Amino acid sequence: MTVTEWESLLDRTSFIELDARERAKALLDEGTARELCGPFDRIESPWLEPQGVVPQSDDGVVVVKGSLDGQRAVVIGIEQAFQGGGIGEVSGVKIAAGLSLAARDSRDGAPTAAVLLLETGGVRLQEANLGLATVAEVCAAVLELRALQPVVGVIAGALGCFGGVSIAAGLCTKLIMTAEGRLGLDGPEVIESEAGIAEFDASDHPLIWSIDGGTQRVRTGLADALVLDDVSALRTAVVEAVRQGVPAEHRSRRIGQLRASLEAVDLDHPPAPSALAAVWAKPTPPKGDPG
Amino acid sequence: MQTLSYEFPADRPAARRSHVGVVGSGDLEVLMTPANGTAQVRVRTSVDGFDTVWRTVLERFFARHRVAARFELNDFGATPGVVTLRLRQAIEEGKA
Repeated sequence: MTVTEWESLLDRTSFIELDARERAKALLDEGTARELCGPFDRIESPWLEPQGVVPQSDDGVVVVKGSLDGQRAVVIGIEQAFQGGGIGEVSGVKIAAGLSLAARDSRDGAPTAAVLLLETGGVRLQEANLGLATVAEVCAAVLELRALQPVVGVIAGALGCFGGVSIAAGLCTKLIMTAEGRLGLDGPEVIESEAGIAEFDASDHPLIWSIDGGTQRVRTGLADALVLDDVSALRTAVVEAVRQGVPAEHRSRRIGQLRASLEAVDLDHPPAPSALAAVWAKPTPPKGDPG
Repeated sequence: MQTLSYEFPADRPAARRSHVGVVGSGDLEVLMTPANGTAQVRVRTSVDGFDTVWRTVLERFFARHRVAARFELNDFGATPGVVTLRLRQAIEEGKA
């Protein structure tokens, strides 16, 4: 590493090192941040204490309204340090309600975009079915708002975005990742425990990042922008994604293209992760339902 | 998980409420709300059986910082050093 590279590294302000509340405030315009349903409202999970787990006063989700380069926005951040960012009844409803309020405001003449900071292993196991139900509500709320205003997902790391919430990530208008971030439906350890170490070695970090990592997800078109772990770089990317507005067609609606990508993979001879982008880049005529 | 309650004499009222920390491994969350006359502390901790250590750590802290307020601590295995730092951070942010 050269001296200049070191200097640029030292000039950066890491986004990954911030907690969820600091991340939300770092993205919004100076002095505009206003937290909804904060720690002193004490809307914590009622299900953890009976199971011997210490709850957190905000249930691990931070909802902050403000403006983003002058445009009204709500930033909803998941705190990865609390229960691995796991979504429970309260935290899930906070995300869904934050998005629904933004949709209501947008319909009432106050267009409000949303930014989701997604660092989670998915549903919190202690609240299994309630967590699953709220993740469905989150997905419905993303679909409701994204028709009116952009819903920008950010997966900065270090935890990444897995489980049911990765479906919500897939529904976002735009998805921004860092090279440290990861995105996948099943996390590496889940795949290893369900399908065996021959299928996926969860201790093999280069393997995990070659499949779930931000670089690969952007290269293969499952995320949109790869950004350096730096507060101002991420803020610029988020502002740009919001500025682009609502697209004519969302990625999750391009079913024909997604199906063609799946069909392009030869399951008997699966491509190496590094070759997947090239396989998917070849135009394959969509078969059957064009979606 | 264990819930513990303590009360210590205090005569310096906190100016405003504050919130610091996270219920994450080796860390804790502190919510401080101004109150009159005493420092009331409620601890919810993931580690059972450390009542005496908690009392000692808190006694020492409130002997030095006589901040009158209600303190709610949600602990996920913080060491005494981390507990003291988070409490100091909470009273620092609660100053006018």
